Amino acid sequence: MSKVVVVTSGKGGVGKTTSSASLGAALAQAGQKVVVVDFDVGLRNLDLVMGAERRVVFDLVNVVQGDAKLAQALIRDKRVETLSLLPASQTRDKDALTEEGVGRVIEELRQTFDWIICDSPAGIEKGATLAMRFADTAVVVTNPEVSSVRDSDRIIGMLDSKTVTAETGGQMDKLLLLTRYDPARAARGEMMTVEDVLEILAIPLLGIVVESPDVLTASNMGCPVTVLNPVSPAAKAYDEAARRLLGETIAVKTPQAEKKGFMSRLFGRKAVA
Amino acid sequence: MSFLSFFQRNRRSAPVARERLQVLLAHERAPDGGADLAAVLHKEILAVIAKHIPIDQDRVVVKLDRGDQVSTLEIDIEMPDTALAGR
Repeated sequence: MSKVVVVTSGKGGVGKTTSSASLGAALAQAGQKVVVVDFDVGLRNLDLVMGAERRVVFDLVNVVQGDAKLAQALIRDKRVETLSLLPASQTRDKDALTEEGVGRVIEELRQTFDWIICDSPAGIEKGATLAMRFADTAVVVTNPEVSSVRDSDRIIGMLDSKTVTAETGGQMDKLLLLTRYDPARAARGEMMTVEDVLEILAIPLLGIVVESPDVLTASNMGCPVTVLNPVSPAAKAYDEAARRLLGETIAVKTPQAEKKGFMSRLFGRKAVA
Repeated sequence: MSFLSFFQRNRRSAPVARERLQVLLAHERAPDGGADLAAVLHKEILAVIAKHIPIDQDRVVVKLDRGDQVSTLEIDIEMPDTALAGR
């Protein structure tokens, strides 16, 4: 039984594309057949983050409009065998995607893949509503920051009202993925804590990804962090999140701030070097 | 900025963020056209008190805590001593 997961957030720049690529890669590394679908028509970036930007020939819009077969548009990842990508197109035509067409493509993907990860565009417009439309599970990517939390709350409301699952009386699984978390700042009261965000949004926690330079390095290299640097804390967080999606029970540990010595506190990074 | 304020910088901005969000979202979560209970209570309770005592709107703190079993709406109103004098 395949699962359709939407990775969404409302606000832009919180890590939807990075998280889609990393969760997709982690699931595939666990042996699952995974396709990551870019719904950001006009501003596609998943191909770039996954290092496949030079291999795009056909895209989601071509498939939806019947100009290409699904098999022609799917790009197989070169590093993880069971991972594929369905890129978005660069067209500026806002109405390039139709609900009926997207439904058809998702249904076809369900025949081949265990996991269909839909990378939603930011905002609450058509692209975002179509990305969530056919999902059974939503991963709500949120930064511990007021604007991100507010937008996530908005998106949670939409997941409960504007999806096929919700409209047919089903319960949409909504999971929180907290990204760019800085334990040191949270400990000093400068950043909302995991508990703060959980209390406000009131959905179960899928994982916490700490702010880490490894994430930028991974996108620079066009390789999901779980593949490029599996020992990185960010990669471990995505790997655990993927295993939770697979049904494993792994407690989410809230990352704690590293204890700094007096000298390193005084001299910052210089004392460490 | 005074010399001392350098040391007393209020860095604990996270609790402020949390409370602002809780109040804001209590308003925004109201279904279209429906009554938003927390916002209505907030407004009506303040209106009742304002009938008897002058209230400075800037000295009102509204806090909404959502728990699994019970949620609490806390409305903290600072009243000037002069308002209570002679009552």
